Amino acid sequence: MKLIFDKSMPGRRGVMPAESDIPVRANLDSRFLRSEPAALPELSELDVMRHFTALSEMNFGVDSGFYPLGSCTMKYNPKINEQLCALPGFANLHPLLPQLSTGRDRVQGALAVLHHMDMLLREICGMAAFTMQPLAGAHGELTGVIVMAAYHKAKGNDKTTILIPDSAHGTNPASAAIAGYDVKTVPSDENGVMDIDALREVLDETTAGVMLTCPNTLGLFNPHIAEICDMVHDVDGLMYYDGANLNAIVGRSRPGDIGFDIVHLNLHKTFATPHGGGGPGSGPVGVCERLRTFLPISIVRETRDGHYYLDYDQPEAIGYIAPFYGNFAVIVRAYVYILMQGADGLARVSENAVLNANYIRERLKDHYELPYPQLCKHEVVFSASRQAKKGVHAVDIAKALIDRGYHPPTVYFPLIVEEALMIEPTETESKETLDGFIEAMIEIAKLAETDPESFHAMPTSAPVSRPDETQAARKPDVASLA
Amino acid sequence: MPFIANTDDQRREMLATLGLSGADLFADIPDHLRCGSPDIPEGISEQQAAQRVGDLAGMNDTDLTSFLGGGFYDHYIPAAVPAIVGRSEFYTSYTPYQPEASQGTLQAIYEYQSAICRLTGMEISNASMYDGGTALYEAVMMALRITRREHVVVDRSVSVIYRTILRSYTTNLGIELDETAPDNGLPDRRAIGDILANGETAAVVVQNPNFFGCMDEFTDLAEMCHEHGALLIVSAYPIALGLLKSPGDMGADIVTGEGQSLGMPLNFGGPYLGFMATRKKHMRKMPGRIAGRTVDQNGKDCFVLTLQAREQHIRREKATSNICTNQGLCALTAIAYLSLLGKEGLRKVAQNCAEKAWYAQQELLTIPGVELRFPNRWYFNEFVLELPTRADRVIRRLLRDDIAAGFPLARYYPNMDNALMVAVTEKRTKREIDFLVHSLENAL
Amino acid sequence: MNPETLRYSEQHEYAGVEGNTATCGITDYAQGSLGDITFVELPDVGKELKKGEEACAIESAKAASSVYAPVSGKIVAVNEALEDDPAPVNDDPYGDGWIFKIEMADASEAEQLMDAAAYDAIEKE
Repeated sequence: MKLIFDKSMPGRRGVMPAESDIPVRANLDSRFLRSEPAALPELSELDVMRHFTALSEMNFGVDSGFYPLGSCTMKYNPKINEQLCALPGFANLHPLLPQLSTGRDRVQGALAVLHHMDMLLREICGMAAFTMQPLAGAHGELTGVIVMAAYHKAKGNDKTTILIPDSAHGTNPASAAIAGYDVKTVPSDENGVMDIDALREVLDETTAGVMLTCPNTLGLFNPHIAEICDMVHDVDGLMYYDGANLNAIVGRSRPGDIGFDIVHLNLHKTFATPHGGGGPGSGPVGVCERLRTFLPISIVRETRDGHYYLDYDQPEAIGYIAPFYGNFAVIVRAYVYILMQGADGLARVSENAVLNANYIRERLKDHYELPYPQLCKHEVVFSASRQAKKGVHAVDIAKALIDRGYHPPTVYFPLIVEEALMIEPTETESKETLDGFIEAMIEIAKLAETDPESFHAMPTSAPVSRPDETQAARKPDVASLA
Repeated sequence: MPFIANTDDQRREMLATLGLSGADLFADIPDHLRCGSPDIPEGISEQQAAQRVGDLAGMNDTDLTSFLGGGFYDHYIPAAVPAIVGRSEFYTSYTPYQPEASQGTLQAIYEYQSAICRLTGMEISNASMYDGGTALYEAVMMALRITRREHVVVDRSVSVIYRTILRSYTTNLGIELDETAPDNGLPDRRAIGDILANGETAAVVVQNPNFFGCMDEFTDLAEMCHEHGALLIVSAYPIALGLLKSPGDMGADIVTGEGQSLGMPLNFGGPYLGFMATRKKHMRKMPGRIAGRTVDQNGKDCFVLTLQAREQHIRREKATSNICTNQGLCALTAIAYLSLLGKEGLRKVAQNCAEKAWYAQQELLTIPGVELRFPNRWYFNEFVLELPTRADRVIRRLLRDDIAAGFPLARYYPNMDNALMVAVTEKRTKREIDFLVHSLENAL
Repeated sequence: MNPETLRYSEQHEYAGVEGNTATCGITDYAQGSLGDITFVELPDVGKELKKGEEACAIESAKAASSVYAPVSGKIVAVNEALEDDPAPVNDDPYGDGWIFKIEMADASEAEQLMDAAAYDAIEKE
């Protein structure tokens, strides 16, 4: 479709700002000014609505259909969350207001939401305190690793290395490295979980901590996880829980009870806030008792008479990691979701997420290679290796699914499974939807046997088919300049 | 059961297919690692949640006449913006890993990148970052990578909020942050020049208009930087770019900024939008997602995520940043806003802001004892007053009249007890401004 | 260059030795497994490297790989043409697709690298 800039018609106007009601004209020195207005498009409001409506029709969201993108927890985003976070009492609130003298009296409802969420997440995760500030999952990771560094510094520990399993998301090593640590990779064992003997070999006095998802990206719960926590604690290392996969165990097991010291959550995964085409997310970080003084400034506290205030008096804190109090509108959405679920609801979330994943595992295991055949948690990872021998790769299966009305699973991740197809159905999908998807997958597996050539043209029903990524990267065209 | 589709019968059927009981689903978690039901309240209905959370929203005071700014502004949001952003094909999707299912998101990002380049006068923009502060931190890290130096100059006229963020992230990295004292509100060229002369500085960080609202022209500073092998990083206010000379025209190497003013509500601090743009030669050192235009296998124009080899999911511990996604929906908000206002509309918003702020400044300065903290400077839509008494006391007084008069700089700057920072957007009316002047006069 | 006369590292770099200079790139096998190369991040001329140290990185659309120095020494030249068009790394890895030249610190290191027959053998594994 034409770019919005190419639809511009000189002289056409969209939304025009009001005429100023001020009797004077500002007299700005021309050396500060543009010689010409920025080359933005000139369009009517209707032109703009049609343009973006047409773009939205070329997009697939959870509301469009089944979206089993592994590790992303693409569950339904309740509409009430959208409505409540947009209430003027939240949306129009300036973040500097509580920093004015007596200003906090004007934002008690907003501070209450932040404080309640802190309390709810503590209880759900078994941690001593949370900061709501991190703006996304990866931002939470960085915050958590900086907390880890502050702890070791305060104790005078000379720690240089963070250990990460080979099945980890790329953000884990990247966050550790950006915070100044060396990264060592720990291989997985034949059951797909962190190899405890390999861990023992690399674990030493220089180990600052271990970053893990649990269950891991293969959807497997590590049976030795408590032992791993003990081993790491024995060298005064910290256990970091990447909450990407919390949907698998929410309401049934708590990272704090398992022995983790630092946790980040992805509110946009487990707690149903929308992914927004890639953000905004929210990545609150929880810590155990001995780390709570390191959490970033500020923290919402409650006075004895039930008022809320921001505490900036945190001498050991790692400082400020975000401008204010986190992605507040996202936090409100997650708050509404948790209120509606309650304790029982959350336990049902994990139960149904796990049931749905295992149902797919069972019904597809004869049609696709299943490298780790045991009970899984919220997601299941198949390999297209059998199909690949016929020339049909994971990416081809993904494109075939698009033609059948499904968003593809995550492909080629985790890296330790060749031709990986990582499927996470989530609890909000019904058996009928899963059955439809399973039938499509079986039909695709059969087609791979009978007519592997036919995959090359797929998808045929989408607006475009297999963009040339090599050309995109060799000769980058990443902006239309005026 | 909220948001769970399977009926009890279906669950039984599925368990039978698996040959398992419900309890077996968690048999792989050792007993002692399982918890009882978390001690949180029972779930409530949608109607009850709407009531309860609506009550909390109602406890917040949004009827104030607000002159708060500090980088986060109360601009008018056209109704069509939330109508576009509220399309669930956009907001319930994820990062466009599958381009065929995500052309809408991808083209919108490409258009956003283009608009940011056109506003900032740069050649390359990423798909956005968390907020203006973290974008500035990423720009500093990028400058260190490009120059392979470890020293950065940050002027204290740059947002104090951004500077504190910068410090938190760089504490453990052996990076030297040198903060320079401004000269009557603007970066002191001589002081910065002296530091640059050592030839070890990776970048100089400035802001326009700066935290105090002062406008500047950085062409001389850019030349000084380039002469000594340093980069100039400019943090910009996108609404002001409707009127002001672009950082690109001044010779900046990296431009970042807070995009909240482009159609996003204040939201008590987020979500916001960090933008980042640079010169083409630095493209592969830039962090974050980037959408690019290419052709598909049938020769049709289309869009993909590109230059991904810089990113964490491929480069892991060697990535340019740990950032995973962008602020997709916020970038969409910004391009929707910029498209609706268009070339002339954005200029007009900027002009209204500047004029109303000019009027407010002139009127406030008629109050005896009220002066500009940084006299003889040019201001866009924010300025710092020196009051004859403590600013926090005056603010408290005016809050009683439901006016948020501005921000007391003493909160972050020592020896600025009487400094009040006042922001004016196009939403403030003459009447509101006159009321501020009247109330402030009475409060002194 | 004739692949038969080159020396090879286990990380799939080759070194073509002429006097004291080694012309280095990635092998045909390496380019084939990476797919279409989209960018070569060239090392700085003058950089000193030890054998096995990372010299630079090459990118394909969905992967990035390090290129290691097959011998110790100083980078004395880089193939700047690759900056604009990295395709020769795929199309002609032993010719126009060379990446950098090293002035060797210890010429005996080159002799310790594999010859074509030995490299062929590990490639087939």
